Amino acid sequence: MGNRNIDKVVGRGCVSRGDDVDTDRIIPARFMKEVTFDTMGEHLFEDAREAAKGNHPLDNEAFEGAQILIVGKNFGCGSSREHAPQALMRYGFNGFIGGSFAEIFAGNCTAMGLVWVTLPDADLAKVMDSVELDPTQEITIDVEARTVTYRDGTLACEIPDGTRKQLLEGTWDAMGLLLDAGDAIDQTGNALPYVSGY
Amino acid sequence: MTNPSKTLFQKVWDAHRVRELPTGQTQLFIGTHLIHEVTSPQAFAMIRELDLGVRFPKRTFATVDHIVPTDTRIRPLSDPMAEAMMSELEKNCREFGIELFDIASGQQGIVHVIGPEQGLTQPGMTIACGDSHTATHGAFGAIAFGIGTSQVRDVLATQTLAMAPLKVRQVNVSGKLGGGVYAKDVTLAIIRELGVNGGVGYAYEYAGDVVEAMTMEERMTLCNMAIEGGARCGYVNPDEATFDYLRGRPRAPQGEAFDRAVEQWRSMATDEGAVFDDVFELAGADIEPTVTWGINPAQNLGVNGRIPNASEVPDDERASVAEALEYMDLTPGKRIAGTPIDVAFIGSCTNGRISDMREAARVAKTGKVKDGVRALVVPGSHEVAKLAEDEGLDVIFREAGFQWREPGCSMCLAMNPDKLQGHEMCASSSNRNFKGRQGSPTGRTLLMSPAMVAAAALEGKVVDVREVL
Repeated sequence: MGNRNIDKVVGRGCVSRGDDVDTDRIIPARFMKEVTFDTMGEHLFEDAREAAKGNHPLDNEAFEGAQILIVGKNFGCGSSREHAPQALMRYGFNGFIGGSFAEIFAGNCTAMGLVWVTLPDADLAKVMDSVELDPTQEITIDVEARTVTYRDGTLACEIPDGTRKQLLEGTWDAMGLLLDAGDAIDQTGNALPYVSGY
Repeated sequence: MTNPSKTLFQKVWDAHRVRELPTGQTQLFIGTHLIHEVTSPQAFAMIRELDLGVRFPKRTFATVDHIVPTDTRIRPLSDPMAEAMMSELEKNCREFGIELFDIASGQQGIVHVIGPEQGLTQPGMTIACGDSHTATHGAFGAIAFGIGTSQVRDVLATQTLAMAPLKVRQVNVSGKLGGGVYAKDVTLAIIRELGVNGGVGYAYEYAGDVVEAMTMEERMTLCNMAIEGGARCGYVNPDEATFDYLRGRPRAPQGEAFDRAVEQWRSMATDEGAVFDDVFELAGADIEPTVTWGINPAQNLGVNGRIPNASEVPDDERASVAEALEYMDLTPGKRIAGTPIDVAFIGSCTNGRISDMREAARVAKTGKVKDGVRALVVPGSHEVAKLAEDEGLDVIFREAGFQWREPGCSMCLAMNPDKLQGHEMCASSSNRNFKGRQGSPTGRTLLMSPAMVAAAALEGKVVDVREVL
């Protein structure tokens, strides 16, 4: 049950500034009243866009069609809802460059084959400024080389070893690997006193 | 020589390790899987699509909590999408042989309230649920993770998760808490000190005199908000309080098996001499009744403190403080006490248990809800509701002007009819003060303990509960 190998994300960027953007903001809970993820993309950042009255990055024509979202620190904090990365993916984003990412959000992204990398503050600021100045530029997140390339150069980025390996080897969706364990799962389970009985 | 002493986290991790994966992660057996109507339907759809079954159906338990209305629960529910979600869960549980604690069972409630209540949550277990507040179960010395829907699918299909190990930070709360200071205040103070992302990569082991003196329900409140500080899980070592709580619970071991279980549970606690990746100390005596003023749970202060000014905070916090103050429409330099409120909400997986109801009722008894304030008390489960009603707490609340509701997540996240309207300000015993969290895109939340919420409801503004008690 292998997945496609992901070694790069190439596309235009969209800059969304600010730290601690929580998953309620990415997809407000009322839009999760669905039994599928199909409609999530339609409501991405809905309340934030409404509040920004046309000034939200998603309403900036220059960022239309962007595939890489560039964000601040602790992006995706809060609820574990996979609806958040689903909304981002269905809207068209498949790579994220940020200061840092919340743990459950980042794990959900990996499980969906979405790439997330972090940059030090100063480099992140440079990329944000540059992309705002020239949104037409092409950005490359190179998973293999651990770099972000933009108009003004190539920067070293961070991606956890395990995540990088999963993306490169096409095991980002863990299901196949987990199933491969076969009987070892039952053995581990049955060795636990609360499973086998005290 | 390697240190033979281990933390509870390491012991639980080792006992549940199926194998090391080529990705460097560990394949971890999940002892108890809890599911609800919001994050599971897509997971069931995925396993159907892959033609997989549920590997250990007896180790998954379901309930409905997020979308259930708390006024009337006559089926079909008046919201067709809520009804569809509930029906979908019922169908999935029937098809795959999963036990569902539904409304008719008399055992329904918020997933993190009913797990412990039923005795499903036990020391030394791994627990997973498609909900970030799963850390709650760590109160029993379980390692409990919030997971996304793809991982819910993984657990359904394999009863395992691919996880990278976490570091362990001991959070040591020493001394004693003052009167009117609760577990909610402790957990908010920890998040303030360590920051909303200070816990990324860590499991928190809560320890120290204050934690040891806490009841199980207080420990649940403490662990519940581990994720608000960025920590994927938090736990307390099991002790006599843990065993006393579990004794006689329907799903806990019974009779002699219980005594054998206690022996094993005791052995899972962190060993003396175990080494932590980090230790953080906090003095219980320094913690005050705490209130949030901003748009994340770390933006909080003691009830007698003053709302910060963006110009007086460190550079890297300035933008977020300014953003928070603008959204909250609060005046820098002003005391948080005295801030007028429109709504009071007592409930949620953080503070919807019987002891929370009792503490709030103790305050409610002293007065009447201020004119113009909408005040809701929402028990965390049918069992909590029943206990409260047996004690007459519902009558105390009603007579004071609070609405006494049916159990559910209610106004914590507003996936049901309980929502803020417009710019309303809500004193809330829940866990998140994010923008729009309580259902109105411009609604505002002040997090605090249930007793503080009750006091705010009576006064129509934020007050120091110590002046009321």
